[in-house]
Amino acid sequence: MQANSSDPIVRFENVTKAFGELTVLRNLDFDVAPAEKVTIVGPSGSGKTTILRVLMTLEKPDDGVIWVDGEPLWHQKSGSKLVPASEKHLRKVRGNIGMVFQHFNLFPHMTALRNVTEAPIHVLKMPKGDAEQRAVELLNHVGLGDKLGHYPSQLSGGQKQRVAIARALAMRPKVMLFDEVTSALDPELVGEVLNVIRELAEEGEMAMLLVTHEMGFAREVSDRVVFFDKGRVVEQGPPEQIFGNPQNERTKSFFNAVLRH
Amino acid sequence: MPNEDNLFVKIRNYIFLVIGLLAIGIAIGVELMINPPESPPFDLLPILLRGLAVTIELTLLGAALALVVAIVAGVARASGNIIVRTIVGFYVEVFRGTSILVQLFWIFFVLPLPPFNLSLTPLQAGVLALGLNVGAYGAEVVRGAIGAIPRGQIEASIALNMPPGMMMRRVIIPQAMVRILPPFGNLLIELLKATSLVSLITLSDVTFQGLALRQSVGRTTEVFLLILVIYFLLAYPLTLGVRWLERQRQWAT
Ligand SMILES: Nc1ncnc2c1ncn2[C@@H]1O[C@H](COP(=O)(O)OP(=O)(O)OP(=O)(O)O)[C@@H](O)[C@H]1O
Ligand SMILES: [Mg+2]
Repeated sequence: MQANSSDPIVRFENVTKAFGELTVLRNLDFDVAPAEKVTIVGPSGSGKTTILRVLMTLEKPDDGVIWVDGEPLWHQKSGSKLVPASEKHLRKVRGNIGMVFQHFNLFPHMTALRNVTEAPIHVLKMPKGDAEQRAVELLNHVGLGDKLGHYPSQLSGGQKQRVAIARALAMRPKVMLFDEVTSALDPELVGEVLNVIRELAEEGEMAMLLVTHEMGFAREVSDRVVFFDKGRVVEQGPPEQIFGNPQNERTKSFFNAVLRH
Repeated sequence: MPNEDNLFVKIRNYIFLVIGLLAIGIAIGVELMINPPESPPFDLLPILLRGLAVTIELTLLGAALALVVAIVAGVARASGNIIVRTIVGFYVEVFRGTSILVQLFWIFFVLPLPPFNLSLTPLQAGVLALGLNVGAYGAEVVRGAIGAIPRGQIEASIALNMPPGMMMRRVIIPQAMVRILPPFGNLLIELLKATSLVSLITLSDVTFQGLALRQSVGRTTEVFLLILVIYFLLAYPLTLGVRWLERQRQWAT
């Protein structure tokens, strides 16, 4: 299958994921178009993080197929059948995806600059000079051009998260995943990180899949909001519709609860 | 460039520092052997220093064995296989739970008897006892350091598409290393001090020479004062190195 611009960049096809007795994703069907910005909202424990983690290959789905840019992620083609992916295939397809974590997960033994250059140099085999030049550009872009030589322990939470965003961008993913990337931050640092993401969203060509509790922000940057509960998509649509005029009872009561507190 | 802050540069500097201090110590020792001082108590030094080579040899060989044992046993104990974990755990607990002197006597006096029939030279027995004893403590250090790497580090490496070997080399080992090196330095000091026990199985180390000297010339206070100073001068560069290493941990959250 050759990907063209109208094909989804990400497609979940009947994906199921359980932890023991607890089924977290239930026959999930879900698409993301190239360059689309999708926000996933829903109650705690509904499986939002799990969607991102199976896509990042941090959890293995029990059933179903995930397609990324026209290739199956956890499978590979063998004749007309899909068989479990080899490590090589998994790495190839995974290269399209990047992720920013709630707790940053920066490498504490590397400076900001090296956090950003490490994977481009060693995974993508980029020449060191090119990787450093690009890393400096990216760190400038997230407002940290003066912190290149700082270790993560010398940075604030907001700065760490911006380095983490630069690190993920340096791999040039087609899809970027953000899992509650501001929820570990002090309130006064949330804005600087959201501004960086907002700019990324405006720049455009990269698809973004965000899980967030920042409803105002979701409304602003998303092309589509997905309300997710109990492992299923309950309701989805443009932000004005989902936030302004939700149809489903569960969506309504969720927003009532969120907006009231 | 931030390179002078690089962990590996720091570790290299540390190793140079320790080697440098040891070299100075050895040079002074050799100088004292060649030009023996006349005035007491230093006239006793040349005989004591004859034991220095044995003490250093035991320390280096014991440390080499302990290092290998610590890494193998530590990684095995951190790994998944329950049988391996149990066997290695038994070894670690036995060697940590009994006295090194008793272990030394077992290896030297009991192993040659039936049913073992395994005779070792005093040096072999000394190295084995020191290596296995300190290795058991080292194994716990290694296991703890690997276990202390947060899960998020592994997930970030996967998200950056690193293959497992690269993740181990570039993410896990450097971080485990910072936790491992200071306790390993302390274990090396313990090992150095424990070498004095081998005088009890007839190895002529510094302590052995001192005991012999005391028998022949008396002057007990002077002999033991010199022995004390020799061990201190051997251990002190290591102590400084450990302290310096611990200061380098500020980024290791
Ligand atoms: N590794 C795991 N082992 C067992 N249970 C898990 C695991 N990961 C997640 N779960 C469970 O799966 C359910 C969904 O988790 P998930 O983290 O996807 O929810 P979420 O929608 O992101 O919630 P939150 O808003 O609190 O972050 C939860 O009940 C969680 O406890
Ligand atoms: Mg979550």
